[in-house]
Amino acid sequence: MRVAPKEIQSFRDDFTYTNSAAAIERFPFPFPEDEYRYSVNIEAHQPKGGEGSAFEHYIDIDEHYLSEMAERELVLKDMPNRCLVMEHMDLACWEMLERYMVSLAEDYPEHFTLTRDGDSWRWENKLLHIDDHFTFGDSATLPRPPLDYIGRQVQGDFALMDQREGNLFMDAGMVTCPADWSLAFDAGMSFDEWHGPVPMVHNEGIIDRARKYLMALPVGQPVRRLNWTLTVNARMDTSSETYNEWGHERASITPENVGEKIYLRVEVQVLDRMPRSNAVTISIRTYLLSLEDLVTNKAWAVRMHRTMKTLPEALIHYKGLTRFHGMVVDYLAQFDPAN
Amino acid sequence: MSTIDQIDVKVVAIEQVAPMIKAFTLEPLKGELTPFSAGAHVVVEMDGSEQRYRNAYSLMSDPNDNRQYQIAVRLQETSRGGSIYMHDQVALGDELKISPPANLFAPAWRAKKHILFAGGVGITPFLSYLPLFKQREVEFELHYLFRSHQTGAYSAELAAEFGDQCCCYDADQGKRCDIAEVMSGQPLGTHFYICGPESLIEAVRATAEEMGIPASAIHWEEFAGAKPGLPFKVELSRQGIELDVAADSSLLEALEGAEVDIPNLCRAGVCGQCVCNVTEGEVEHRDSYLSDTEKQSGQVIMPCVSRAAGGRLVLDI
Repeated sequence: MRVAPKEIQSFRDDFTYTNSAAAIERFPFPFPEDEYRYSVNIEAHQPKGGEGSAFEHYIDIDEHYLSEMAERELVLKDMPNRCLVMEHMDLACWEMLERYMVSLAEDYPEHFTLTRDGDSWRWENKLLHIDDHFTFGDSATLPRPPLDYIGRQVQGDFALMDQREGNLFMDAGMVTCPADWSLAFDAGMSFDEWHGPVPMVHNEGIIDRARKYLMALPVGQPVRRLNWTLTVNARMDTSSETYNEWGHERASITPENVGEKIYLRVEVQVLDRMPRSNAVTISIRTYLLSLEDLVTNKAWAVRMHRTMKTLPEALIHYKGLTRFHGMVVDYLAQFDPAN
Repeated sequence: MSTIDQIDVKVVAIEQVAPMIKAFTLEPLKGELTPFSAGAHVVVEMDGSEQRYRNAYSLMSDPNDNRQYQIAVRLQETSRGGSIYMHDQVALGDELKISPPANLFAPAWRAKKHILFAGGVGITPFLSYLPLFKQREVEFELHYLFRSHQTGAYSAELAAEFGDQCCCYDADQGKRCDIAEVMSGQPLGTHFYICGPESLIEAVRATAEEMGIPASAIHWEEFAGAKPGLPFKVELSRQGIELDVAADSSLLEALEGAEVDIPNLCRAGVCGQCVCNVTEGEVEHRDSYLSDTEKQSGQVIMPCVSRAAGGRLVLDI
């Protein structure tokens, strides 16, 4: 990791969250062209961007690690059902724990150590002062069930999909920083069901193709895609359950504060096949960058303006941007020489 | 990153397990293999002197064993070369390349009971089901149909290990399986699996339909890959080249022969990875991936199994 974890900042109340210059530089800016359009946009989850890039490792640990882990504890304390696991997903959860521990220990040896002797494992997380011995596969030997345990030590949300009946079902997950959705609501749904509300994609057959693609995902060949939205304030937990706490903030945007209060929210979603259970895991790693930090990169500022300007009406509504989309475009226009 | 490309393996054992079937045990040249899920397959790449073959084979070893994989290959009379190569050319100590495992034929774990129909070498994916069925103590029956003059690998061992749960039907001894009798009287929530020739798959599906068993409770895997057809020409419009597809070669193999890289997994018209866009020419669709609407549109083809219906195709490649 080129960006060392810094002291805990908040994603609620006083919103002390900030991005360092290094964090801005490595932000996974999601728009490859001026006009935004939907696509399946899946690529192999291979290293990209070199040393320090957000795509350098299987899991990206950055300067916000301690802050995001503290925020996750707050959410789970309030709403334990943000972590849900159906009984038949136990093996898949252990496989996810294995995949994460192995790759964290390999990629960040200064922070994480995994020692394995058959099924006797020792896990050290120096960032969170954790040192546990346990038996792989035996949940009674861990302080918490496997997903709950590892989920509190890795940035991002997680969902695990069971593959059966020609479909994928969201049967386990830990979701504390979703972009306006709810695990408790989607749990047990099929791929087609939880994508039901997404506009524009159904006629184009995008959901069908994406589902078929994921169902054929082989072991050891993870893929990633980017998704994005805009969020008011640096709020990680914009879940459906807490809408009453954040929905009204959309009305607080003015032309004066739009650059400071609107954040581009990018999700790096990594999909991976678990070898024994045949489950597909998805990790959804969220990055937040304020517009005023974003426009410090001139190319991004121009691209962001053009993308926002050409965004289809249906998407503006679906992503919940209606109240402030115009102000965002006006703010960004000053950075686009074409205007 | 935790990615696996092709895996280099060494053949550490070859065993004639039936008159027409050889079993191959594969060990990685370095490190460990990944565990896999019941029903998974790998694609084996064979470098023949004139041609490179790629065939998909079910893994039949214990899914939890990450030291070695086992596959079984039946010598196919109408083989386009792969199975002949495995039988005649591959020797102990040889090195092969395999893909990481993928699974298009996993057990439906929520079923109340599992009925397995294996035809000949179609026993292979079920051999990886059985250790897990045993471990999870699920209810199952294995109905194994074969001709002992050709196939029937492991039938004695299976009968000894599973007793009443395993019924063997050796057609060369005049023993036939009454599919309707097996399927009738099974508890609600039973799932049925078939791996074998098309005739067996069709027989079970037809019986299920007569009995009102829902299609979602029937699962099958055809072990046949591409079948031969008439030769044709294919033009790759973007690359500006034209290729000949021989009668006993698939379109995908012809593309690979010309170093055109097409992603693929199952090589049997199931996974959908190798789909190509067609701009001219009629397609003889032989896959089970594309929807009827897509097939009728004539705009896409699965080159692993499907061919030109006429003498020429133009692909947008």
